[in-house]
Amino acid sequence: MEILTTAADVLTAGVIALAAEPGRIVMMLIGCILMYLGIKKQYEPTLLVPMGLGTILVNIPFSGVIGETGPFQILFDMGIETELFPLLLFIGIGAMIDFGPLLSSPFLLIFGAAAQFGIFFVIIVATLLGFDMADAASTGIIAAADGPTSIFVANSLGSKYMGAIMVAAYSYMALVPIIQPIAIKLCTTKKERRIRMSYNPLAVSKTAKILFPIIICIIAGLIAPASLPLVGFLMFGNLLRECGVLDSLSKSAQNELVNLISILLGLCVSVKMEYSEFLQFDTLIVMALGLVGFVMDTVGGVMFAKLLNLFRKEKINPMVGAAGISAFPMSSRVVQRLATEEDPQNFILMQASAANVAGQIASVVAGGLVLGLLM
Amino acid sequence: MSENLMIAFELLGVGWGGIFVVMIIIYLVSLALSKIFAPRGPEA
Repeated sequence: MEILTTAADVLTAGVIALAAEPGRIVMMLIGCILMYLGIKKQYEPTLLVPMGLGTILVNIPFSGVIGETGPFQILFDMGIETELFPLLLFIGIGAMIDFGPLLSSPFLLIFGAAAQFGIFFVIIVATLLGFDMADAASTGIIAAADGPTSIFVANSLGSKYMGAIMVAAYSYMALVPIIQPIAIKLCTTKKERRIRMSYNPLAVSKTAKILFPIIICIIAGLIAPASLPLVGFLMFGNLLRECGVLDSLSKSAQNELVNLISILLGLCVSVKMEYSEFLQFDTLIVMALGLVGFVMDTVGGVMFAKLLNLFRKEKINPMVGAAGISAFPMSSRVVQRLATEEDPQNFILMQASAANVAGQIASVVAGGLVLGLLM
Repeated sequence: MSENLMIAFELLGVGWGGIFVVMIIIYLVSLALSKIFAPRGPEA
């Protein structure tokens, strides 16, 4: 009889614990929403699907996936605490980037810098809201629109909002086609959106494409050494792509490496999705600030283009400034779509793509500089 | 003004400014690369 009672206790312990802590149920629902967004809406499915299921797994009472010997915790310690996963992801991202459009229109690099404004705007607002410097900077870096950079910086600064930062970074990136048009239309006129731009690209040689990632590493290393892990891995991936003799490595980096790391990253970051850490009012603030950051990036890029137009004879379509964020290629496509809406004959995709690629470099530089200035 | 807010404004100035500096240097390097290693023959 006693053994039956013990068995009943063991079998019902999980259900009783779940009922006693409704926060766990809320987190499981959040996990389901993340999976719904990934599967049904196809918003960053490679990350949101593993993260969604991971969120459910870590919130089941007495879960074996967390704790000192839990596989998620081991993966987290091995891949996130050491910062290896986001860096390895950068090799794959670097192998996917074609710097050709940027090298042929290098002037557009400047928009990559302008569109990082949201990072610093959010840091100021977060500080005003009482966040300490590490959490304010980690929240601000969501506006880099670059998931691996957000994880790298938040972890390096020891932010307690890692889960919220990651959810915000990846979900807002997927929502760029919704967020950016609203922000762009708020700060541009129809006339400005109709501005046509001539496209006179410089010819780019293979040698220039090979030398570019190497030189960027040296420049970034000398000016902002803290950015070297990010820039170095990104540019290493790009060198694999451009050198012409490592095609199979480049393809592996773009496919197998990115896929494998994304699976592990999504699962192990769920460690930070435990209800006791995630279900706080501050989490909502972090998510809201991330959204503000994306909007202010767009505003920063657009306003900078407008500022340049005051001094230029040949005007820039201010929407190109908005494409200076790291979310590639969504942002440049959004800008082209808005341009076509106003004038079906207006083609600014190449300029927007160049600004968008510039945003990818600028976001890692921003991450490195923030770390360099705070650590 | 709190100490953190001061640091936040410093970050805006030095951090955002720093990104502009790096990007302008990369711009100059890109121009130099295009000029020095201009495509020749079938590569163009």
